[in-house]
Amino acid sequence: MTRALALVLILLVGALFALSLLIGPAGLTPATSLAALVRGEGLAETLVMREIRLPRAILAVLIGAALGLAGAAMQGYLRNPLAEPGLLGVSGAAALGAVIALQTGFAAQVALGLPLAALAGAVLAVALILALAGPRGGALTLILAGIAVSALAGALTALVLNLSSNPFAASEIMFWMMGSLADRSMTHVWLAAPFIGLGGAVLLAQGRAFDALTLGEDSAASLGVNLPRLRLTLVLAIASMVGAATAVAGAVGFVGLVVPHILRPFVGARPSRLLWASALGGAVLVLAADIAVRLVLPDRDLKLGVLTAIVGAPLFLHLVYKTRAQGL
Amino acid sequence: MALRRASKALGAALALWAGAALAGPPERVVSINLCTDQLAMLLAAPGQLLSVSHISHDPNVSVMRDQALGYPVNHGQAEEVFAMAPDLVLAGQFTSSYTVGLLRRLGVEVAQLPIVTSLDQIPDAIRDMGRLLGREDHAEAVAEQFTADLAALRADPDRRPRAALHYANNYTSGDKSLANDILTAAGLANIALEAGLSGGGVLPMERLIMLMPDLIISGEAYPGASRSEAVLTHPALDALRDRHAGRAITDAEWVCGTPTVLRAIARLQGAAP
Repeated sequence: MTRALALVLILLVGALFALSLLIGPAGLTPATSLAALVRGEGLAETLVMREIRLPRAILAVLIGAALGLAGAAMQGYLRNPLAEPGLLGVSGAAALGAVIALQTGFAAQVALGLPLAALAGAVLAVALILALAGPRGGALTLILAGIAVSALAGALTALVLNLSSNPFAASEIMFWMMGSLADRSMTHVWLAAPFIGLGGAVLLAQGRAFDALTLGEDSAASLGVNLPRLRLTLVLAIASMVGAATAVAGAVGFVGLVVPHILRPFVGARPSRLLWASALGGAVLVLAADIAVRLVLPDRDLKLGVLTAIVGAPLFLHLVYKTRAQGL
Repeated sequence: MALRRASKALGAALALWAGAALAGPPERVVSINLCTDQLAMLLAAPGQLLSVSHISHDPNVSVMRDQALGYPVNHGQAEEVFAMAPDLVLAGQFTSSYTVGLLRRLGVEVAQLPIVTSLDQIPDAIRDMGRLLGREDHAEAVAEQFTADLAALRADPDRRPRAALHYANNYTSGDKSLANDILTAAGLANIALEAGLSGGGVLPMERLIMLMPDLIISGEAYPGASRSEAVLTHPALDALRDRHAGRAITDAEWVCGTPTVLRAIARLQGAAP
């Protein structure tokens, strides 16, 4: 069962990745695209494939995996299906960090300044959320804390962009709140990949601790899980992934909510398996969403977060309803 | 008695002033649009122009910044403009209709000048501004000088290098735009026409690259960061500039239909491959 799921998800990621490379306004045939991508035939075709479409597809995989994995980890640790980086304001706070770094010039002066600043914003948000509504806090506390952090981060992002001396900055509030992969480059891949890779590796290594945690905190502690250390690791790893993803693509919501929810029945509710499955599932979802925005409105740069919210928000309402029925 | 004589004199003076305001050239002119700022500074008599828009102090878009620094600025708001007691306000076609409407309701004469979208319209725009300011003779001389200079500069080569105009957010200008006319006069062809874009619009970076322009004319980035302007220095375009296309900059000289566009044309002819 698990092996079949892994195979299906990997095949889906591969197929959507290839499809993402083949879609674009340049209208290249698959054969031309492949020749340009692999062998570098034709200057224009090669630039389109290697400098525009390839980074976009890679970023979709990285960002989807980061958000899916972060969502699964937060749900596993908080034992709450409503936990998700976008809803809890972690993405919003990361966007605030990124915007501050860009507008103060920190991002231009310091190598990796952009993802580091986004990471700092995300660390603050995750730490605040875990402090306010740690494993013992109820669903209500968690969501309320998330609403407060989201609202504050969004307001401050708008403020920083409105204060900018750049006339375009204020019109980019939409990008930071909804996310987009249009016109990204390999530079962005190199900015985000190390942070997402490191954070992902650290989280995937915590699988057994998550499994133990399903039995409750005391049982987990007696099984040898060092809870304070797990908490610190989680804060840093989630912030690293969500921070880097948001710094290059803006805040894409609901991926971390939808993906673990859909995949949970297939992994027998084992958090350790849900982690890697959600990483793959997140990549599938963001690749699909990024293909859809290019097919629906090819010239308009429809934001990714619009699509993920259309899919995610009804599911969120459903989960809220279920949580209420359980008397939480 | 003295009081009555004084009031009579005042009344006569007021009548004279009103008559002059109706018949003679305006004496207190306020411009609230970047392009009318420039034409007004070019043509106004000393002391005639009271204030220019704050945008004319912005080095990114204002070619006549040095001159503009000599005038107090306004922010195009009805209240501050009205407080200057102008007898003529110069505004653009797309100046906020609320501002224009409010000023007119307050009894202020507002002239809205159309956007210049071709080089041929520039002499007329100069003459129109001359008429508004009562400086017809001066305007006629400037317009004739411009027409002669443009004719001397205009290039009509057999083979036109193909140029791409690339602004923030991948915007470009098609035909029926001043930028397109500047390109044509400089002896270039605009690839936006090959892409079927009329007026302005978005030309996706992929399509721009597939069209393989000989020259990429990029917009200038403002201070402060923006994602919209990040496309101007996207690695794909940098690579195209390194390996195939020439580079040039579109700046303040391209913005308004004034004789300054001649400088843009000359500079472009120097940059063309």
